[in-house]
Amino acid sequence: MNKFKVNKTIDEINARIRAGEAVVVTAEEMVGIVRENGAEEAARQVDVVTTGTFSPMCSSGAILNFGQTLPTIKASKVWLNNVPAYAGLAAVDIFLGGAEPAEDDPLNKVFPGEFRYGGGHVLEDLLAGKKVLLKAIAYGTNCYPNIMLEKEITLDDLPDALMVNPRNCYQNYNCAINLSEKTIYTYMGTLRPRGRNANYCSAGELSPLMNDPLYKTIGLGTKIFLGGGTGYVTWQGTQHNPGAKRLENGTPCRPAGTLMVQGDLKQMSARWIKGVSIQGYGTTIAVGVGVPIPILNEEMARFTGVSDADIITQVVDYSYDYSHGVTRNYGEVSYAQLKSGQIEVNGEQVKTAPLSSVVRAREIAEILKEWIQSGDFTLEKPVRLLPDS
Amino acid sequence: MYTRLFVLRFPKETSDLPIICKLVKQYNVEFNILKATILPHHEGIMVLEIMGHKSNVKDALAYLKSFGVTIERLSTIIRRDNEKCFECGACTGICPTAALHIHRPDMAVLFDPDKCTGCGLCVAVCPVRAMEVSLDQSVGAMG
Ligand code: SF4
Ligand code: SF4
Repeated sequence: MNKFKVNKTIDEINARIRAGEAVVVTAEEMVGIVRENGAEEAARQVDVVTTGTFSPMCSSGAILNFGQTLPTIKASKVWLNNVPAYAGLAAVDIFLGGAEPAEDDPLNKVFPGEFRYGGGHVLEDLLAGKKVLLKAIAYGTNCYPNIMLEKEITLDDLPDALMVNPRNCYQNYNCAINLSEKTIYTYMGTLRPRGRNANYCSAGELSPLMNDPLYKTIGLGTKIFLGGGTGYVTWQGTQHNPGAKRLENGTPCRPAGTLMVQGDLKQMSARWIKGVSIQGYGTTIAVGVGVPIPILNEEMARFTGVSDADIITQVVDYSYDYSHGVTRNYGEVSYAQLKSGQIEVNGEQVKTAPLSSVVRAREIAEILKEWIQSGDFTLEKPVRLLPDS
Repeated sequence: MYTRLFVLRFPKETSDLPIICKLVKQYNVEFNILKATILPHHEGIMVLEIMGHKSNVKDALAYLKSFGVTIERLSTIIRRDNEKCFECGACTGICPTAALHIHRPDMAVLFDPDKCTGCGLCVAVCPVRAMEVSLDQSVGAMG
C-alpha cells in the first residue's frame, strides 16, 4: 500500500513536460497554492516547483584546461590575471578557486582590505568575453620542455572549462550580529558594534534545499540551473549536515544540507556568475543556482508550500562566539521577520539586511520555469539521494 | 555625525608643519585623507573628509584657515551602476539615510539619489562595487 494519496513518478512528469502539459510554478507561487487548496489538491495540480538562489557562495571554482603549447609545457605554477590557480593536477589542467585573491592584493594590510579582484572576478571576466592574461611557469622535462608561458586567452580559447563547486546552496544560514564594541568585517558583511545591524543570507522560501528539506528528490544527478546554464548535483556538498536541528515541517533551523554542483562554464553567463569583494574578508564569487522539485505526492507539495514565516534561523554573534566555536545564540527569528527589515535581539530592535538577492533568486526560479514549460528541460532521476542522516 | 569633504590648498611655507594631526586632538574631529599631494617646500593639495560635531568641524576649518590654507567644499556624486547591482541588499544595512532601501514585499533594492548625502559608506560595502563616487571635476584634474 502506498502511503500517499497522490503518486506521480519523474517519468510521468517528464512525459507531461515533453507534451507541453506540465504545470510548473515557482516556490513563491506554491506557497499560495498550498495555502488555498491544501497539499493534496496542490499535488494533483502542480508537477514541478522551481527554486532559486543568488548570493556569494564560497567553495566554488572551475577546472580549466588551457591547451598545450609548442613546445609542450607541464605548468607548475599558473596565474590568471595575476590570480594564482592550482596547477598540481596535470600538465595544463588547473583549478581556479573563486575565493583566491590576486597575488599582489594588499589583503588586510590596511584594514579593512578591499579585495578588489580574485578568482571569481576572473571567471566573470571570462564569461563576459574579456581577455584574461594567462601566465605559467614550469621546471621543464624531456616530454614537456617549455618553462614559461604568457598569453592572453578568452573562454573560447579554452578546450575545457568546468565549474566545480564543492559546496553551494547552504540549507539555511546564521543571522549575524556583532555584540562587541567595534565594527567588524566578516563574510557576513560589515557588522556595526553593539548589535546595531544584523545580516542574513538565504533566499528563504525560494531557496532550493528549503523546498526539499529532507532530500526526498534531490540527489546525485539532479539537473539544475547553474550560472545561467544547466548543471548537475554531483555529490552532497562539503559540510553537509543533515542532523541539524529541525522544525516539524522538516526545515532546519541551523546551517544544514549543502550541494556539490558542476556544469559547463561555457554555457554560463556573467549575469549569474559574479566576482565578489567582501570588505575586510576577501574575494569570493556569487553563483546563481536553481533546482526543480518534482511534486511526486502531497508530502512534496507540503514541503514546497513552505513560506518565509515557517523557516527560522538563529542569531549568532560574529565578534566572538562564531570565531571561538561558542554554540550560543541570541534567539531564533523567521525569514518573514528578517525580510521585514527589523528583528528583536535582547529586547532591542535591530535593523536587518540581506546578502542574498531575492530579486535574482525569483528570476532564476522564473527562468527555470520557462525552460521546463517550453519542454527544453526535463527532470533527471537522481542516482542516489543526498544522505539524510 | 556631520561629515563633509573639503579640498585644502596649503601655502608652501606650511607644508612642513604638523597642522593636520592637531585637528584630532584640539578639535575632536576625525578625518580621512582621501588624496594628498604635499611635497616639502611646495604648495600642497589635500582632499580631506572631516567628521565630527558640526561646531567642531567649523572650528577646525577656522584653525586651518589661520595658517593660510584655502578651503573649498567638495560635493560627491554617488551613482549606482544598475548593470552591476544585483539587488542583494547588503548596502541597506549600512546606508544612514535609507537612500538605499528595500521595497517590500518584492525585496527590490532601490536607490534614491535625493536622499543620499554622499557619505560613501556603501561604496566599500557593496560586494560588486556597484556604487560609484565621482568628485567634482576640479579635483579629478588634480592628478
Ligand atoms: S550592495 Fe551593491 S549589489 Fe547589493 S544591492 Fe547594494 S548596490 Fe546593489
Ligand atoms: S553615499 Fe551614504 S547616503 Fe548615499 S547611498 Fe551610499 S551610504 Fe547611503
